[in-house]
Amino acid sequence: METQTLNVGKIEEGFVLDHIQVGRSMEIYKYLHLDKLDCCVAIIKNAKSSKMGKKDIMKIACPIEEIDLDILGFIDHNITVNIIKGNEIVEKKILKLPGELHDVIRCKNPRCITSIEQGLEHVFVLTDEENEIYRCKYCEEKYHGHGKKKSGLKG
Amino acid sequence: MRHLISPLDLSVEEVDKLMDVARDIEENPQKYAHACEGKTLATLFYEPSTRTRLSHEAAMLKLGGSVLGFSSSNSSSAAKGESVADTIQTVACYADIVAMRHPKEGAAQVASEHAPIPVINAGDGGHQHPTQTLTDLLTIRSLKGSLGNMVIGICGDLKFGRTVHSLVKALVRYENIKFILISPEELRIPGYIRTDVLDKNHVDYKEVERLEEAMPELDILYMTRVQKERFFNEEDYVRMKDFYILDTEKMSLAKEDMYVMHPLPRVNEISVEIDKDPRAAYFRQTQYGVYIRMALILKLLEIEV
Repeated sequence: METQTLNVGKIEEGFVLDHIQVGRSMEIYKYLHLDKLDCCVAIIKNAKSSKMGKKDIMKIACPIEEIDLDILGFIDHNITVNIIKGNEIVEKKILKLPGELHDVIRCKNPRCITSIEQGLEHVFVLTDEENEIYRCKYCEEKYHGHGKKKSGLKG
Repeated sequence: MRHLISPLDLSVEEVDKLMDVARDIEENPQKYAHACEGKTLATLFYEPSTRTRLSHEAAMLKLGGSVLGFSSSNSSSAAKGESVADTIQTVACYADIVAMRHPKEGAAQVASEHAPIPVINAGDGGHQHPTQTLTDLLTIRSLKGSLGNMVIGICGDLKFGRTVHSLVKALVRYENIKFILISPEELRIPGYIRTDVLDKNHVDYKEVERLEEAMPELDILYMTRVQKERFFNEEDYVRMKDFYILDTEKMSLAKEDMYVMHPLPRVNEISVEIDKDPRAAYFRQTQYGVYIRMALILKLLEIEV
């Protein structure tokens, strides 16, 4: 069977997100609010990976200050983030769990004040880094990080 | 500016100092009678609570201040859909300090984030009730002389009772406290309190099903109400509600200097015949609740007497 290759060109400035767990690139597209940015985005799904078997890759061509990548640490801290400037990799960002998540996950506790106050931001605070546990800032409802309980994700 | 949202917002040292002031208030009430003259406490009670609201109001009045507020959400703008943030900013124009009860968890936290004046959490759903915890600590210290080196029995609904959870979290900060947790299996203390609070702090505790079994060992017995609404069906409630009733027979097993506490209101978990026993401390506990709230108001308003 003939091997097919897909060529996606280099970017001058922006980000290359590598080693994305297969199938999760669209989720990342949404969390980074890339639909709201007027920039060129390449999403490569099911790329071959010696480490992972298959993986997703994203290339985002935009000024590097335009995107806040902290949320990636919450989605999957194994993603490799390459920051590109002047066609070169200028930094490999090490991801860690963000200390606070604002309007990323929703509190599911029906007794929480966020369940009735529409304008209130849903804020989760990292309370146990080792076990990746976040708690609602208001009612302390527990949430396990890293997509262990994906149903809570706000999207 | 400080707020009181959770019982652990105050350090052990701050709680000790607060209890010292409360004690001084008890001994010298006249000294504090005008301490808050010209100051106003707003009691924002989105759900009814006679005791807690009156206790806060009594505390402010005894300090020479004034009070205003509402005692149900129907008589406030919340009924028109106003947010907690808007209500608190409005009330801050009328008052110097707020005590707030709300059925939703975290409501007081929201209020404190928008309030230009101190907020006291007077209960946010099943979440926190810090002034009850401070009341309990003051009561134990006043009755026993200190907050360490004792065996504390907690009896009744240990699963859902926020008072119990807060009290355990507050007491593990003191030395050599042992707990005996007395409840039916269905209403045992939640696993996270066992692991994250008791085990983590290396606190000695045991869980028993019979009140009689624990009585001889106790220095303090903290009784709680088994609430009907916690049960899925009437049958379970009827079956269990009388398991843990304190009567003279059980009381005869206790030490001479053991005290009985209860956050009140009680239904029938303490027989009225116990009221006459000098070891029944629950009405004194209510009185201490006023003293500690007086001390708290002074602290949050930064008034020194």
